[in-house]
Amino acid sequence: MRTIFDQPRREGVGGLFPEPDVPTRGVEKLIDRTLLREGEPRIPNLSEPTVVRHYTALSKLNYGVDDGLYPLGSCTMKHNPKVNEDLSRLPGLTGVHPLADPGLAQGTLAFLYELSELLGGIAGLPGVSLQPVAGAHGELAGMFLFKRYFEDKGETTRRRILLPDSAHGTNPASAAVAGFSVAEIPSNEAGTVDLDALDAALDGTVAGIMLTVPNTLGIFEERILEITGRVHAAGGLCYFDGANLNAFLGRARPGDMGADVFHFNLHKTLSTPHGGGGPGGGPIAVSKPLVDFLPVPSIERSDGRYALGWNRPRSIGSVHSFYGNVLVAAKAYAYLLQLGDEGLRAVSEDAVLNANYLQERLKRSYALPYDRPCKHEFVLSGKGLAEGISTLDIAKRLIDYGIHPPTVYFPLIVREALMIEPTESEGKDGLDRFVDAMERIAVEARERPELLREAPHRAPVRRLDQTRAARDPVLTYPFDEPAEG
Amino acid sequence: MRYLPHSAADRREMLASIGVSSVDELFADVPRAVSDAFRPLGLSPRSEQEVVAELTDLAARNRAYEKVCFAGGGVYDHYVPSLVGHVLLRSEFYTAYTPYQPEVSQGTLTAMFEFQTLVCELTGMDVANASLYDGATALAEAMLMAERVRSRGRVAVARSLFANVRRVLDTYCWASGIEVVELPRLPSGRCDLSDVPDDVSAVVLQSPNAFGVIESLEGVKERIGDALLIVSVHPISLGVLAPPGEFGADVVVGEGQPLGLPMSFGGPLLGLLATRKEHLRQMPGRLSGRTVDAAGKTGYTMAAQTREQHIRRERATSNICTNSALCALAATVYLASVGADGLRRVAELNVEKAHYLADRIAAIEGFGLPFSGPFFNEFVVRVPGDADGLRRALLDAGYLVEPPELLRAHGVENGLRIAVTERRTREQLDRFAEALGGSR
Repeated sequence: MRTIFDQPRREGVGGLFPEPDVPTRGVEKLIDRTLLREGEPRIPNLSEPTVVRHYTALSKLNYGVDDGLYPLGSCTMKHNPKVNEDLSRLPGLTGVHPLADPGLAQGTLAFLYELSELLGGIAGLPGVSLQPVAGAHGELAGMFLFKRYFEDKGETTRRRILLPDSAHGTNPASAAVAGFSVAEIPSNEAGTVDLDALDAALDGTVAGIMLTVPNTLGIFEERILEITGRVHAAGGLCYFDGANLNAFLGRARPGDMGADVFHFNLHKTLSTPHGGGGPGGGPIAVSKPLVDFLPVPSIERSDGRYALGWNRPRSIGSVHSFYGNVLVAAKAYAYLLQLGDEGLRAVSEDAVLNANYLQERLKRSYALPYDRPCKHEFVLSGKGLAEGISTLDIAKRLIDYGIHPPTVYFPLIVREALMIEPTESEGKDGLDRFVDAMERIAVEARERPELLREAPHRAPVRRLDQTRAARDPVLTYPFDEPAEG
Repeated sequence: MRYLPHSAADRREMLASIGVSSVDELFADVPRAVSDAFRPLGLSPRSEQEVVAELTDLAARNRAYEKVCFAGGGVYDHYVPSLVGHVLLRSEFYTAYTPYQPEVSQGTLTAMFEFQTLVCELTGMDVANASLYDGATALAEAMLMAERVRSRGRVAVARSLFANVRRVLDTYCWASGIEVVELPRLPSGRCDLSDVPDDVSAVVLQSPNAFGVIESLEGVKERIGDALLIVSVHPISLGVLAPPGEFGADVVVGEGQPLGLPMSFGGPLLGLLATRKEHLRQMPGRLSGRTVDAAGKTGYTMAAQTREQHIRRERATSNICTNSALCALAATVYLASVGADGLRRVAELNVEKAHYLADRIAAIEGFGLPFSGPFFNEFVVRVPGDADGLRRALLDAGYLVEPPELLRAHGVENGLRIAVTERRTREQLDRFAEALGGSR
């Protein structure tokens, strides 16, 4: 893979910036020489066609939602509406400085406010902050809220967070960054929270629980009201990870299930693109006892005017430079307006229908450890498919069929997990092609296992040596080594 | 719903295949009490055409973009080369997930590798991550990182950090139980480093700082014992300024928005973080590393993942997962477009134009520059009388300046902070100075 540092260079700057129109005195006259750079950074001077072709070539080595099925479990890789890209590039939105007077940003504040209202409605919770810019950032903000809440009540012994063993890895990490210790709650044989284990763990040291509904097996916690009821009765709070909201959009609200904090992943459920790893959006909605602790500034409306609100003396402070990912919020808002109530419900219905259809068809050729109706995703196991074949082999072979692999080796409670989330964006023909590919791979696993073990064969590169990247990391361009083609 | 591909016949066929008669049966596990409590939003679906009209109308209500922008504070009105936007619209980039499957993510991973290299070239550091949320959280993460390395429970922070960045830092410090010791400012506007406590995990500076003043990093590292030196930078300034790595900085962070991102009312932004090799294992965030495939061909994959939450869970160096990958791509394409020569050019334009305006303003009776320290593209002016009134008058004349209360929080009365980028023309600078002079 050639990088920009391997491209043919030329001299001089290329007309991007004008000649100075003010009398110049020279930087070394204006700034003390000891503060100035001596050598130049090794950034190549390239022509525009060179840069365009380089990044166009790189883009073709990627696989995105626009390329085909992307059944990455827990990531909700749904279609990203094209119109949102146009809207987020409107000069009236992009050209606004964050420290502009709110009076000059009424349009942006209006949709931020309206989006907050809609998110509160979807969550069934009274307070919203748009500041967190990723799911894990929402989790962290939520953990900060837990901490402040107990500080405010003087219950500083509550320093433990309970986590089901099926939780996303970000959950324990977020709790730890906020200064909590983590205790794991095992799942029962049905794949849901073991209530006896929960009871045993609940005491005066517990700040709360972090739940994912439906859980990472794609199973709805049928006894969710008992779980949250018991945590609340023990004086704790309930955090809901919103990664799986696509499963019950338009049908149920976390607030009615006992959530105190719920985070949205705008880049999952609400169609904003993931961008190869962000920027995303992780707004949080909170229950009444936590509203006063939400980050500042808030976005407020009175007499039809919108403003930034700073009067929240018990706030945790801020978790973002400004007001969150505004352009991501614009996309989510546009998506919600197009969907309306009936669209929201249709989304979760098709997402759940698609997952159950795939589960039903694929369980004939793959192990399904938790065999019951799923929500928007389900987890197969690659274990026992064929001697010496791992889930990784199956995933890499899918690439040869032109399909992005599912999430693999997660959740941790299923060995050799393949976590599959088709989303509502996939039509029946696409689902059938996926089933067909998976069935063929199951046959290949027994008859021509080397096809799997050596996969992928039709990707830009063969299987990459990740051990080497971990053991002896090369993280910057080796300028001192000879270039390669 | 035009985003949903199924026909009614498809749905019937699929339900039959599953063995249920209606989709409602698939939701039988949602408790009755939860379903009964559900309330819709009361939102009727709208067509794409109507939604475009509504958002276009809202955008037009943002009068700020019609003003000539002299606001800064971490986000600046820099020029974005056309090429950046075009590359970002390649949907293979923007519709991809985090590159967990490297064989089908070489585009993202190669660009991440380039980005890491470019950030190191700018900052003079050994390793950079593939981005964090924004400059403020990048600084907070750097502070947590220093605390993992030194574990003293205290950090010394320059008073001259941007107020919004400080607010985020304070939130993270409170949650982590880290005490913040404030370092005052000198009359020059620089940070006073004469009395740094010797039991801190880190010393945090911003350069150029909240007054626009460039800190002198020479000898700082020697003065602070084994505390980590964390420096927050403006990336374009490093086209002319010496990189903090040359002065022994341990972590360099910054807001990457100037590198090809629009202002967008403050988001999305781009958090930069670079460090020395010895601190790699304590570093937060994604990394792309060079490796080889089964045929010996060079390729890229996520590296040093054992630091990360999906492997290490509660013992991870950070909870960061999704970050600002596409913004990092924008910065990469920006730097590839301008090259070293263009970066120097744009940095010089910022310096020259900012100094031209500063001189013009200083020559107006009653106005002055309260800080003697050198500056890059942002500076503070002392104004006669009511700064708020002056700001409003400037606004009426078509100029956007930050609220003076941000400076008041720093103990600067009757001041305005002014940022000048390469986009400002001489005519705009002259008119702005005239407006200031005429509004007294």
